[in-house]
Amino acid sequence: MKILVGIKRVVDYNVRVRVLNDGSGVDTDGVKMSVNPFDEIALEEALRIKEAGNAEEVIVVSAGGDECQQQLRTGLAMGADRAIQIQTSESLQPLSVARALLKIIEREQPGLVILGKQAIDGDNSQTGQMLAALWDRPQATFASKMVLNGDTATITREVDAGLETIEVDLPAVVTVDLRMNEPRFVKLPDIMKAKRKPLDVISLGDLGVSVDGNLKIHHFAPPPQRQKGIMVEDTAQLVQELKNRGLI
Amino acid sequence: MSNILIIAEHDGEALNISTAKCVSCAQAIGGDIHIAVLGDGIDSIAAEAAALDSVGKVIAVNAGHLAAPLAANWAPEVISLAADYSLILGPSTTFGRDLMPHIAALAGVNQISDIMEVNGPASFKRPIYAGNAIIDVEAAEGVKIVATARTASWKAAGASGSAEVEQRPAGSSAAGHTRYVGLETAGGERPDLQSATKVVSGGRALGSEENFAMIYSLADKLGAGVGASRAAVDAGYCPNDMQVGQTGKIISPDLYLAFGISGAIQHVTGIKDAGTIVAVNKDTEAPIFEISDIGLAGDLFSVIPELESLLG
Repeated sequence: MKILVGIKRVVDYNVRVRVLNDGSGVDTDGVKMSVNPFDEIALEEALRIKEAGNAEEVIVVSAGGDECQQQLRTGLAMGADRAIQIQTSESLQPLSVARALLKIIEREQPGLVILGKQAIDGDNSQTGQMLAALWDRPQATFASKMVLNGDTATITREVDAGLETIEVDLPAVVTVDLRMNEPRFVKLPDIMKAKRKPLDVISLGDLGVSVDGNLKIHHFAPPPQRQKGIMVEDTAQLVQELKNRGLI
Repeated sequence: MSNILIIAEHDGEALNISTAKCVSCAQAIGGDIHIAVLGDGIDSIAAEAAALDSVGKVIAVNAGHLAAPLAANWAPEVISLAADYSLILGPSTTFGRDLMPHIAALAGVNQISDIMEVNGPASFKRPIYAGNAIIDVEAAEGVKIVATARTASWKAAGASGSAEVEQRPAGSSAAGHTRYVGLETAGGERPDLQSATKVVSGGRALGSEENFAMIYSLADKLGAGVGASRAAVDAGYCPNDMQVGQTGKIISPDLYLAFGISGAIQHVTGIKDAGTIVAVNKDTEAPIFEISDIGLAGDLFSVIPELESLLG
């Protein structure tokens, strides 16, 4: 079985994102870029499945300009066998990404597709669900545990009410949540080795996918800030303050 | 004018409050508002939906394969109802986040996730980068809109309406490749985190699962729901469905009491819409004090028992 893992280049988790004064976007000048943390978890899960003898090959795929090759190399250094860049200079919305991934699926015929549950830049949480819909295969979103049993997988999902369990036939699309695993650290020799692993580049146009955009983004604004309130000295004052405000 | 179809969230017993919040969002958009209630044995839930203010009609679809809200089964059913509507709306809960993009892809459009404010019938505000930026998103004219309403941004609509309930036969059949097994809830008697008007939350400073019991005890005294920071959940002090923040639940209670939570941006993202934020932390420099309405620099292990006794 092949496993396909989608990874996205995003502003690093630890960067405090700032909106540009002219409202045209967020400041990414000189900002550290990383693999979307949820996608790292997706890749880690794929690698563990392979290491357990349940998959032969792990392929990482990303859509973007040549700069996303950096994140694909990180994926290769973590242990993926090869990488595919879907090359485009456009900023893609989730539906275009899902359509492009479907084209890669048709070429590669993976038994499992694992993605992060959302990217921490757009916070859309759409691509995996859209891919499952277009592919007409099962979707298991927000997964925190996955057990493969031959042609099916039992998946635990983190939902608002608790932990939901579903069973899906393979192939399927799984999107992973934080608690699925803890991704491994990349070691220096692996980074050197990753440079020799294959990285194929296919343009979005060659896949026959057009950039669609039923949605237009107009303006970026900083969020409304909460003001710093008061400090109280002790618990009695706290209770008095809550009573004054009619909260208890 | 928009023709809006809201997809009701429920657990097979009762309507989730997220549906009434979607109705508020739909009211802001303006237009005819219908609610689709899918499930198996849902007559009382459809009646609840019909009572929500400004709802024109409830469409109830009863079918065995719709009993659990599997996107593979629900999305085609919604699509079979969608032709008459210009906007399909669901909540930003895990239910809506799972289902709505599947519907959007079948409809051939990108989804507008997490509507927090309505600029106009086809223009909306939504947060990105964990709420560090707010963008205006405009949908192309004449193209169907599929969206989720950010539940923390909307108050539940009232329930003094009386819409008709129309029963419809299922227009789809079971996908077969996806099967619901079960749900394990940590729940109990406490108010649900998403709908609680008061929430008591604990962080890493609690130190252990045993100590976290203090949070439950205070919450019960206040009739509050219980939340936690990611650090407390990762340390195993409490179940992960209590996690509040960017990757957990985004909530908007009237009163939020944070004990031993430093206030990482990912956590703050989950509580920005709370009415009043109270923070108790030993560290006077903790970032949570920058956004709290009432702060107390103190040791939670003495403050919580004092609070309990003062509250009688």
